[in-house]
Amino acid sequence: MTWTWFHRLGSPPYIYGLATRLTPWFAWPAALLIIGGLWGGLVLAPADYQQGDGFRIIYVHAPSAWMSLMVYTTMAIAAAVGLIWRIKVAHAVAASCAPIGASFTFAALVTGALWGQPMWGTYWEWDPRLTSELILLFLYLGYMGLRAGLEDTQRADRASAVLAVVGVVNVPIIHYSVTWWNSLHQAPSVMRLAKPTMAASMLVPLLMMLLGFTLFFGAVLLVRLRGEVLNRERSASWIREIVST
Amino acid sequence: MSHFFEMGGYAVFVWPAYAVTLAAIVLNVVWARRALARSREDARRRLGVRGEGP
Amino acid sequence: MSRLGSPAAGVVVQAGAIARQSTVWAGSHQAPILDAARLALTRDLQLAFRKRGQLVQPLAFFAMVTMLFPLAISPELSRLREIAPGVLWAGALLASLLALEFLFRDDAHDGTLEQYALSGQSLTWLMFAKTAAHWLLTGLPLALMAPLAALSLGVSTAAVPGIVASVAVGSVALSLIGSIGAALTLGIKRSGALLSLLTLPLSLPVLIFGARATQLAISGGPLLAPLELLAALVVLGVTLAPLAAAAAVRISLE
Repeated sequence: MTWTWFHRLGSPPYIYGLATRLTPWFAWPAALLIIGGLWGGLVLAPADYQQGDGFRIIYVHAPSAWMSLMVYTTMAIAAAVGLIWRIKVAHAVAASCAPIGASFTFAALVTGALWGQPMWGTYWEWDPRLTSELILLFLYLGYMGLRAGLEDTQRADRASAVLAVVGVVNVPIIHYSVTWWNSLHQAPSVMRLAKPTMAASMLVPLLMMLLGFTLFFGAVLLVRLRGEVLNRERSASWIREIVST
Repeated sequence: MSHFFEMGGYAVFVWPAYAVTLAAIVLNVVWARRALARSREDARRRLGVRGEGP
Repeated sequence: MSRLGSPAAGVVVQAGAIARQSTVWAGSHQAPILDAARLALTRDLQLAFRKRGQLVQPLAFFAMVTMLFPLAISPELSRLREIAPGVLWAGALLASLLALEFLFRDDAHDGTLEQYALSGQSLTWLMFAKTAAHWLLTGLPLALMAPLAALSLGVSTAAVPGIVASVAVGSVALSLIGSIGAALTLGIKRSGALLSLLTLPLSLPVLIFGARATQLAISGGPLLAPLELLAALVVLGVTLAPLAAAAAVRISLE
């Protein structure tokens, strides 16, 4: 088992080229899945017995919430890799993740509030899941703020990496908060290892949206990664060729 | 058709939710592309390459 | 410890003493790192007592913050008693944030922090010592002051031991968590807002359990459960925070 492929991933010119080539492979399937999921969720899926058509918010709320957690985990892993093995590309990945995660955390909070008001009578409640999701937004903002406050890129990379790793404890708290505490937010119905408790016609569009959003994250990450890699390469000759086209 | 837009009476909640999420998607695309363009421009300036204008 | 005249010289002598521990005590049966940590702790305490004015600031701030609520909300004691846990903890959290800026500032300024990092001693233990000193100088006084603030909010004297216990334990966690943010933002100008943004999200569990414990203390209920959860957070903090703070200090000094 040779590790050359792993070492190549750490090489900025290789990663730049790979990211450029891979982006369409993420972007187009993402678009198809999201459009298909929207069609399935808004049009094909039947109205819910209890929640009527209001339940359809799940097709944007659940993927957004999933994104907020998945992106932070990716960011924390990339940050840890960059910190431990001092790989600049890993730091570039972490930096690319933050704005994506922050925007979808915000979307998750807003769509959750819009779902909560008609269904459970309140836009907001300070229960563990909602509160820890809000904390997650502040963690993203703090991460981005720390990066912005440090001029030296290397110090910014390493300091924000420490922050990302320290904050990752929040992710399992958010996920398990609905089982650890009885509260307003409903129990997980998809992410259980047993059979999900949702009808297929409702579940399939949801899975499509979840996968579509994930691939979308991949595409946006790859685009941002290219810029972040460029930022960290001062005067390498390979850049000259890339930017003069 | 009107049933679709009214979403069984929940339209005022459902459609803003979809709008916010769509905005997040569009924002991410625009933002990322702009960031990449800025990085390329910075690199161009750093290396003194005369390519496309600012 | 120092017989030299100026405070700065005394500081340098002690920092040098900590660095010399590794050579002087090599081969001794005493743990050199514990001596170094003890030296760091006593140094911080001594330096702080030379600037007594600065010590009082977080406490004065805490007093002012708790004063805001009766004036802004309602002077009615029954209402104040209800919000007392929140007021106490919000005040304690804010005062602790204020004090965090002083944790590393002077040492980073005069090069002592670099001495610590280069000394060959475990930076983690030295961070733990500095955080312990910080708690002794801010958290513990806050815990002792909290009953006074609580009494001014209409809380009965029976609640005092519970209040002291919950704020004392919780403030340990706050100092530990805060040390990470303070280390990360070392040297950033006007880092107050950023420090708060970094520290508050991680401190919220402490706030939640601490306020719950204080509330039970006031209402006379069983506060052992949230107190134990607070203690668990402290244990978690003690094991992880100095490590993270040490890593952050090294990054900031590079």
